[in-house]
Amino acid sequence: MTEFTATVTVRLKRGVLDPEAETTKQALERLGFELDALRVADRFELDLEATDVGAAASRADEMAERLLANPTIHDYEVAVAER
Amino acid sequence: MTVAVVQFGGSNCDRDAVRALGHLGIDAERRWHEDGLPADRSDLDGIVLPGGFSYGDYLRAGAMAARAPILESVRSAAADGVPVLGVCNGAQVGCESGLTPGAFTTNASARFQCEPVHLRVERADTPWTAAYEPGDVLSIPIAHGEGRFEIDDDAYDDLVADDRVLFRYCDADGAVTDTANPNGSTGNVAGVLGERETVAVLMPHPERATLPDVARSTDGAGILNAFA
Repeated sequence: MTEFTATVTVRLKRGVLDPEAETTKQALERLGFELDALRVADRFELDLEATDVGAAASRADEMAERLLANPTIHDYEVAVAER
Repeated sequence: MTVAVVQFGGSNCDRDAVRALGHLGIDAERRWHEDGLPADRSDLDGIVLPGGFSYGDYLRAGAMAARAPILESVRSAAADGVPVLGVCNGAQVGCESGLTPGAFTTNASARFQCEPVHLRVERADTPWTAAYEPGDVLSIPIAHGEGRFEIDDDAYDDLVADDRVLFRYCDADGAVTDTANPNGSTGNVAGVLGERETVAVLMPHPERATLPDVARSTDGAGILNAFA
């Protein structure tokens, strides 16, 4: 078994309104910053042991499917690195 | 025979639901989620997933409660035809658990909104709306920060084709308009049916529009009377 960190990034699907991101963007603009767009994502870092990268990724993938993301509104990606 | 109002840590409309149901002569009791549903299904008239902030809205509103063990029992009871109503946080739990389609997420305003709204009854041939006529306009309050109904375009088309939209936000005359949409919900959807019409969720609070002494309207009583 090898120790990995699987990083799951969950974000709203393109086209799904994100009022929190829009509000945050407006707050940055009020502070005088210039920007075209702002997107918010949740990042989960999962420390786990698995036989190989593929097994670690597939477990993280299932965690995203079953809890971390809501497939109705979210896309997610999984990146795995040895710890 | 009783209606089980499932109480999670952070539920806060469970008492209101029991009281409103009691006012209608419907026996109801709070049921702590860890205690499960009554083992004898004949003791169970229905299930309410009440409003509140279960698990502090961690991760997403309703996400944690939707994966609590009692939801397995709720799903199983629902599949057997036991009436299940999700209100507000209970509606979020219903969608997160797959009992009902779509998702309820952050209001377009990005604010918590607590206000009376109008709902148009889309279907009157369900247990939840038998007291009304199609097109009736109900006045029932909302109180949520994450009530914007989201669903992808194809699934929304299916929802409409299957006639599973129960209520839409509308103006006082029943017109479904953008200005009458309090939270940016797709299609002004305020409540939907599950795969069986005995399962329904809605963001507005019928239990807050039932008791004549404390509510501005009693329009919500008809929804709760599904359990009678």
